Amino acid sequence: MAEKKSLGQEFTKGIIKENPVLRLVLGTCPTLATTTSMESAIGMGISAAIVLVCSNIVISALRKVIPQKVRIPCYIVVIAAFVTIVQMLVKAFVPTLDEQLGVYLPLIVVNCIILGRAEAFAGKNSIVASAVDGLGMGVGFTVALIVMSAVRELLGAGSLLGHSILPASIPPMTIFILAPGGFFVFGLIMACANKLAEMGGGKKAKLSGCEACPMAESCAKLHGGEACETAENAETAQAEATPVETAEVKEAAE
Amino acid sequence: MSEENKKLLTVSASPHRRTQDTTTGIMLDVIIALVPALVLSVVLFGFRSLAVIAVSVVSCVVFEYICRKVMKRNNTLGDLSAIVTGILLAFNLPSSMPLWMVVIGDAVAIIVVKQFFGGIGQNFVNPALVGRIVLMMSFPTYTNSFPTPFAWRIEELDAVTSATPLAQFAGNYSIDSALSVMNSAELPSLAQMFFGIRGGCLGETCAAALIVGGLYLIVRKVITPTIPLFYVGTVAVAMLIAGSGNISFVAYQLLSGGLLLGAIFMATDYTTSPLGFKGKVIFAVGCGIITSLIRIFGSLPEGVSFSIILMNILVPHIESLTSSKPFGTVKEKKSKKEEVA
Repeated sequence: MAEKKSLGQEFTKGIIKENPVLRLVLGTCPTLATTTSMESAIGMGISAAIVLVCSNIVISALRKVIPQKVRIPCYIVVIAAFVTIVQMLVKAFVPTLDEQLGVYLPLIVVNCIILGRAEAFAGKNSIVASAVDGLGMGVGFTVALIVMSAVRELLGAGSLLGHSILPASIPPMTIFILAPGGFFVFGLIMACANKLAEMGGGKKAKLSGCEACPMAESCAKLHGGEACETAENAETAQAEATPVETAEVKEAAE
Repeated sequence: MSEENKKLLTVSASPHRRTQDTTTGIMLDVIIALVPALVLSVVLFGFRSLAVIAVSVVSCVVFEYICRKVMKRNNTLGDLSAIVTGILLAFNLPSSMPLWMVVIGDAVAIIVVKQFFGGIGQNFVNPALVGRIVLMMSFPTYTNSFPTPFAWRIEELDAVTSATPLAQFAGNYSIDSALSVMNSAELPSLAQMFFGIRGGCLGETCAAALIVGGLYLIVRKVITPTIPLFYVGTVAVAMLIAGSGNISFVAYQLLSGGLLLGAIFMATDYTTSPLGFKGKVIFAVGCGIITSLIRIFGSLPEGVSFSIILMNILVPHIESLTSSKPFGTVKEKKSKKEEVA
């Protein structure tokens, strides 16, 4: 484990430095799908944040009870419970939002940000720290969605939060609320976030390898502990590759 | 420049041959080849078309300059590639296009497609085509209304628009109905089509001027005729089948839309087309098949830009499938090595 951070740091890291969407590149599917209008983006961000905080707290509380081998199914059950609660609340009190988000609301269950935080953080840290981490990540997710949807809605529909901003004489660029425009905006905002993180003292973005992962700092694998999911995979892939390589080296030596 | 030469030298085993060709020289040839179509577009669609081309070229050059400056890279304006992109993008737009939209298309082409990926030689698809597609998806009403040729002499430019021959065919591809469109609709005659007296994007209409430009490029050995011939040939075969052997239907298909412009000037772009003959054939036939499929079955009347972009993306794979093996390499050994890698 990396050295302990203060609670304040746990909170702020989620906003830029380890922003789940822009730096960890998790949860891109709901990001691209729900940022066509600011309204649905805010709804999506807040729903996911609530689920994230609640599931982080419960998973952290249960971390000593859950057996290591079946942890993923256990996490999913916890997350699914909270998603169901949130979905019922949304359906009851803001039915229009439920219509806008459609299938993406129940799909929060398989949102990799929430499972990722459960696996990488809540499963190993105290309840308070996990709650703060969840809140920070949730805010980071919401902020990323709001920024993206603001750009897309303004350029693609000429409006913000449903109020038209651009004069009618300027036709909006429809491509921004279509999928390709979503990818354009996503890429550009990601580049900005990388630049911001770099200016804020973060390491210069690497493009490949385990060190390139913004979670490297809290990743157990790099600090000699238990391997995280991706690192494990990378290791096995490497192990498969090594025998062939060594054989080649031997050949060359001979 | 010296660095570029170094990179070239490591591409393949010796011996190497040096030529006097420079990027600037090649681009200059392409610009010269585009001049006939440019002149014809002004004749057909008036000075408004010249304005679109001028705005497009100037903004491409400005964007390229700013981009290189901001990214702290060396200035590449001298290779003239930005000018070519500007002209080609303008050729793909109707002459009635609002000028600020043209600037947006240029920004997409130069900044997003070309400079974000590293500048000339690094773009993975044709910049001008992406610029056009972004504009087409953003402002469909503006990119799909085409002024009638010579209308600028009579009245206000925007006042008269006409459907393109392809738009008249669109949705009429059950063989009988397509043929009946040919008999009934007020299509321009084939001679009119050949000299560009039809509605369309400002640079694509005059087949004669485009062919003259293409011949110039072939004579100057800037391009080989492989890609244009196989591209157009594939479309011809497909349309022969679709039109159940009607020759004049095939002729209409070949002369309409952006097929000739795309086949001669866009699909032959060095960066985004395969190097070898075999690769070129696969690339061009693929372009032809996709174009025909979009024209016959798609909801869009025209598919040249999409087909070239799609095949552009496949070029690295085509290259690796068709790359020539160094002399003396045993085939078996090579496949084994690939497995290891």
